[in-house]
Parts: sequence; structure tokens; C-alpha cells
Amino acid sequence: MDSEPLWEVFIRSKQGLEHKHVGSLHAADAKMAIENARDVYTRRMEGVSIWVVESKNIFATNPDEAESLFDPANDKIYRHPTFYNLPDELKYM
Amino acid sequence: MDSKTTNNPQNDLVSFSLFLADSSLIMGHRLSEWTGHGPMLEQDIAISNIALDLIGQARNFYQYSAKLNNEIYPGKNTTEDELAYLRDANQFKNLLITELPNGDWSKTIGKIFFFSSWQFYFYQKLISSSDDQLAAIAEKSLKEVTYHNKWSSEWVIRLGDGTKESKKRTQNAIDDLWQYTGELFIATEFEINVEKCLCIDVRAIREDWLKKVKAVLKEATLHFPSEESWMQKGGKDGIHTEHLGFILAEMQFLQRAYPSLEW
Repeated sequence: MDSEPLWEVFIRSKQGLEHKHVGSLHAADAKMAIENARDVYTRRMEGVSIWVVESKNIFATNPDEAESLFDPANDKIYRHPTFYNLPDELKYM
Repeated sequence: MDSKTTNNPQNDLVSFSLFLADSSLIMGHRLSEWTGHGPMLEQDIAISNIALDLIGQARNFYQYSAKLNNEIYPGKNTTEDELAYLRDANQFKNLLITELPNGDWSKTIGKIFFFSSWQFYFYQKLISSSDDQLAAIAEKSLKEVTYHNKWSSEWVIRLGDGTKESKKRTQNAIDDLWQYTGELFIATEFEINVEKCLCIDVRAIREDWLKKVKAVLKEATLHFPSEESWMQKGGKDGIHTEHLGFILAEMQFLQRAYPSLEW
């Protein structure tokens, strides 16, 4: 069973929220990955929807390039929309 | 509690509720033996979840059995714990298939598949029964059972249509377990008696069950055992295999050794 591929699991915790990465697991196929995710990651009412994607299908940034990719944003404070006044009724911003 | 001691029809209802409680408890207890021993972490958790679902169902049925029993015998103050922990093997009414040893993974899957398919159709009947409490428990349990059935069906297909080894093991498991499936559809005395007052015919589920089992086995490329083969029975009437005593010895040890202990 060691040969079963790895899957990344994304859970939507409630309607209206986005799916969030919660972890990974092993499964033989997508159906099994969904069921495993249901059993491993939603047994304490954590979710209302599950996505799984095989880990090999995720393309990630290279940590060695982190400086060139992310550091340049550090001094661009003007990109944050912090000068807007948000109404109280607006949630999840 | 024995239906022969009085003519009170409620005794049959107690027996019926205990039959469902015992079947879920023994199945759940057996499956809990996999906890920490599953073939992989994910399946270890999956099967432990199923075990917990079943023990939860058992509790609901035991609580109801105790309530009914106390209505017939006021002052006895029977509790759910007494029913689970202080009855002996010949008082247990669980289906024989629930007490069989887990065997390998394919045998455990076969047990869950046959049992959950039966529960799936049985609870659907129970939902429309005239007993509100049983109907409510069935409705809650059906959601759980639907998942157990989907999960185990997919495993039967995966193993049957898998490698040469997994196919051989799964076919053996299906063939071995088959003789314990006849009992699911043979109504015993208390069942026949409650069918009238609950306004349900629980025997009518056999056709649905066979259809489901045949479809899954076909997809799993496994052969279907003969419908005509000889069947074991007796569980509902307290006549069990040699395995039940060992389960009870372990499960009931604490309450027997330290009566009324709470933890």
C-alpha cells in the first residue's frame, strides 16, 4: 500500500467560504481520496465540501527563489487597500 | 424480557429493539478491534469512524429498549449499560455475521458490505414504521449507514477487480460469509409479532438487498454464491457461534469485575 499516491486535501468549512488546504493523505484513486479525506479531516464537523488533488499535479514555487519572488512586495505598502472604510456588515474581508 | 413470560406485546418490541441494539454493538465492537491495526492510517480512521457510528446506533436502541422495559416492569430501572454489559451470550440477539472474527481486510470489508446493505434497506422500512422513536433512530442512522455501504461497496469492487491475490481473498471472504446472510431475512417470532404493530414488512427487503449485492459483486468481477445454499441461523434467538462469548468476556470484563464502575 506504500505505492498509493499522495493527495492534497482542501476543505470548505462553511458555505460561502473558500476551500482551504488542510493536509494530505494517501489513496489509490480520487474516490478513495475523497472518502479518506472525509474520514480523516471532517470527523469533527470541519467541513461541508471537499476537494482533493493529486500532489504531483501541484506546481509550487521554488523556496530558493523566495527572495526574488516575494521580497519586492515588502515595500509596496500602497498596494494594501487599507485606506477604505469598510461597512460593519461586511464580513470575511 | 423473554416474550414467553407474559403476553404483553411490548415484550416483542423490547426484543426487536434489543436485536437492533445488539447487532450494532457487536458489529461496532468487532470493527473497533481494527483501531491501531488498519492497513494504513486513513483506513484505520475510516473503520474506527464506522465502529463509532455503530456503537452510537446501539446506544440509541439500548436506551429505547431500557425505557420500554421499565414501562413493562416499573421499579426495575433497567439501564442501557445493564443491557449491554450484564447480559450473557444466550440473551444477545445480534445477527451471527456481526460476531464473526474480522479475518483479513477483505473479510472485514465483506462483513461490512453485507451488513450495511441490510441495514440500508432495513432502516428505510423502519423510518416508515408506526413507532416514532424507532423511526427517528432509523432516520438518523440511515445517513451513517449510507456511507458505510458506499465505502464498503467501493472496497469490494476495488479488491475484487484488483490483483490476483486480492480477488482470491475477497471471493473466499464472500463465499465464507454467505451462509450467514440468510438469517438477515428469516423473521423470528418477535419480528413477526412486531411487524403487525409497527405496520412494516421487514422481510420485503430481501429482493432489494439481493439486487444490490449482485450489482456490486458483478462490478467487482466476483461470482455470486448460490441463492439456494444452506444458511446458518439462530442469532436473533440467542443461539450463537463460539465467537460471541469471547467478545462479551472482553467487552463486559470491567462491569463484571467492578460492578457499577463509571469512568
